[in-house]
Amino acid sequence: MVATPESLPLPAAHEEPRFRTCASTGLKIHLAAQTLIKANAVTAVVFLAIGGLFGLLVALTRWPAVHLLPADWFYLVLTAHGLDVLLLWIIFFEIAILYFASAVLLGSRIAAPRVAWAAYALMLIGGLITNVAVLQGGSTVMFTSYTPMMAAPNFYLGLIIFAVGALVALGVFFGTLVVARDERTYEGSVPLVTFGAITAAIIAVFTLASGAIILIPTYLWSLGLISMPDPLTYKLIWWGMGHSSQQINVSAHVSIWYLIAAVVLGAKPLSEKVSRMAFFLYILFLQLASAHHLMVEPGLSSEWKVFNTSYAMYLAVLGSMIHGMTVPGAIEAAQRANGYDKGLFGWLRHAPWGNPAFAGMFLSLIMFGFIGGISGVVLGTEQINLIMHNTIYVPGHFHGTVVAGTTLAFMAGTWLLLPLIFQREIIWPRIARWQPYIFAIGAGGISLFMMGAGTLGVARRHWDITFADASMSFSYPPAAFLMMGLNGICALFAATGGIMYILTVVATVLWGKRIADGQAVQLASPKARVVTEYGSIEHPKIPGTIILTVIFFVAFVLYYYVNWKYLAEVWPMR
Amino acid sequence: MAIAPPADRMWWRTPVARPEIIWIVVSFLWGLVMFFTMIYWHAYGKQNLSNETYRTTPMKYSAKVDEMVGKFQVRDDNGIPVVRPPAGGDVYMLARTWMWYPHIELVKGQSYKFHFSSLDLQHGFSLQPVNVNLQVHPGYEHVLTFTPDESGEYSVVCNEFCGLGHHLMLGKIYVVEK
Ligand code: HEM
Ligand SMILES: [Cu+2]
Ligand SMILES: [Cu+2]
Repeated sequence: MVATPESLPLPAAHEEPRFRTCASTGLKIHLAAQTLIKANAVTAVVFLAIGGLFGLLVALTRWPAVHLLPADWFYLVLTAHGLDVLLLWIIFFEIAILYFASAVLLGSRIAAPRVAWAAYALMLIGGLITNVAVLQGGSTVMFTSYTPMMAAPNFYLGLIIFAVGALVALGVFFGTLVVARDERTYEGSVPLVTFGAITAAIIAVFTLASGAIILIPTYLWSLGLISMPDPLTYKLIWWGMGHSSQQINVSAHVSIWYLIAAVVLGAKPLSEKVSRMAFFLYILFLQLASAHHLMVEPGLSSEWKVFNTSYAMYLAVLGSMIHGMTVPGAIEAAQRANGYDKGLFGWLRHAPWGNPAFAGMFLSLIMFGFIGGISGVVLGTEQINLIMHNTIYVPGHFHGTVVAGTTLAFMAGTWLLLPLIFQREIIWPRIARWQPYIFAIGAGGISLFMMGAGTLGVARRHWDITFADASMSFSYPPAAFLMMGLNGICALFAATGGIMYILTVVATVLWGKRIADGQAVQLASPKARVVTEYGSIEHPKIPGTIILTVIFFVAFVLYYYVNWKYLAEVWPMR
Repeated sequence: MAIAPPADRMWWRTPVARPEIIWIVVSFLWGLVMFFTMIYWHAYGKQNLSNETYRTTPMKYSAKVDEMVGKFQVRDDNGIPVVRPPAGGDVYMLARTWMWYPHIELVKGQSYKFHFSSLDLQHGFSLQPVNVNLQVHPGYEHVLTFTPDESGEYSVVCNEFCGLGHHLMLGKIYVVEK
């Protein structure tokens, strides 16, 4: 059903915005926004397919028994892997989320759809230019492209164009917020999920600005117009982009957690105030954490390192620790209200584990906290970084955050987008049902085994840990080889989960049964019965969450001090 | 619900549940504990970076390296000099594509002032199997004092990607009883 609400003033010089009302959620959806969300999401999935394939090739090469690619291809493919997944998959999907959280959740038209298309085109063109530059072979510099290593000018040019496109898309997002407020499409404050998206967008502006500050001079340098940016300064500003962009991811995937908990279980945040404050902490503190990439760098003082990683980082970590409790807490409270209130964990046992949106979301929550979160804090501790810097522990850590956390959450969110935005029934529900588990085993596995190998010293971005062609001989301990082999096996699981996701999504978009405009789909999981009294605001009944939180905290403290103990065993230095 | 505006328009005035308050306080205190652990380690821990750094140039730095090699070379490893600087003295480690130069012999339990710099790209000093990892930049001379506490043959892997021969870059540090 296409409704055109009379109450909306016409945007000047544009055709009247056309809306439909979603029968499942009651949300009023601007069709232009819907098309933009589809385009950005589909493009994201395509880049995940390409980048994920590269990831598999990399992992198979690092599996000592397989050692698939030759060295030059390995480094090239690794560069492309980082770019396609971290930049293109994640950011295209985030733009889709931003449009969803603004236009759709606020029931507003999207501001300036044409500009949004221009943004899309810039991002796509930029992404393609950089990909071509990498695949041509002259830009095997890893996605961090540290100077003095130089890529082909197009490598930087593509990134700059992409960043400009993303900035324009952010402008459309902020514009949409203004439109929604001016046209009074909602009452009171924006929903929590939108608030989280705003957090992501604000951080994104900072991030892209840092990217421009550093990539533009680097581009000019690659053209031979100016002298080389100082390698240390480059790194400092580069990580202003590289690290804070990870906070965009965290804000976005935490928003998705809340979204899925709300849609599937009807979960309400325990406290709007606390959850919003936790998002706000990200804005205040995460940008500064670029420091924790520079712990063993020359020329920076310990005071600077300690200050920037503790004051700044721990307050941002505090934000994540809060969400880590309030999200399961909200789920527990909702499940108990839905009638699943037996014992400590009845709510969890009876959660809709067969629903891939929920299963993916919950697995993402657990793995982001236990694997990505804890390892990140440990890795970012000034002195402990000495025993981890640039080992494969680092990719282990961030596959825990950005793959097991963000990517899995985005996949989970897709299972809701398909019926709601694409208006298609999931074509192979059984594959979708298993997908989160297979992918989670793989993603969790590669994270843990890379962390394990890194603890044994294995270098990241390294083609041959046997050093067969080096003039000296050395080999890592056998356990390290075992870990890298297990990493390869888990990569097969991750790739399988990834392929299940991509094929099901693409087939659904193309051939899934259409859901007519007025037709509602069952998104919420069935309730056992409705319980009206399950605690109060001051005393919500969330004993299960409290126990999970205590387990998390104990794991965190133990793991943190175990690593201090490892550090204490290495050569004394001062 | 998190996808609709808060039902209570005055949401910032609603009380916060006790478990949430406790968790916020615990997490905050844990942040402080971690902060003070780093500071404590600076005072009492045995593994800290001095963060002593100087600006240098490839020319100036390689001159110092050559001087050290000239004075203290004791033998060679397939053409790469092995130097044995005096205990307590300076050790100049040079990184370049794709080698660590020179190889070093140290005496267990003695302290040495290590200097690190690169001639060309960034490299990663990764001492194995001890597992100490430092970033090495061109243009910067990073100084710190090591006290090897066990004898044996140690390898220096490069763990910052430095081009197609990155995985060939392998240096040696020998620690002898005396
Ligand atoms: C099939 C799934 C995946 C597998 C098997 C995989 C595996 C790997 C492996 C083995 C490495 C190389 C570590 C090294 O040698 O240094 C790597 C690097 C990396 N991966 Fe993945 N990955 C996957 C998916 C992803 C996704 C979804 C993302 C981001 C959202 C991601 C982001 C990265 C990044 C940023 C790097 C670092 C590249 C660099 O060092 O320059 N990966 N991955
Ligand atoms: Cu190197
Ligand atoms: Cu290297």
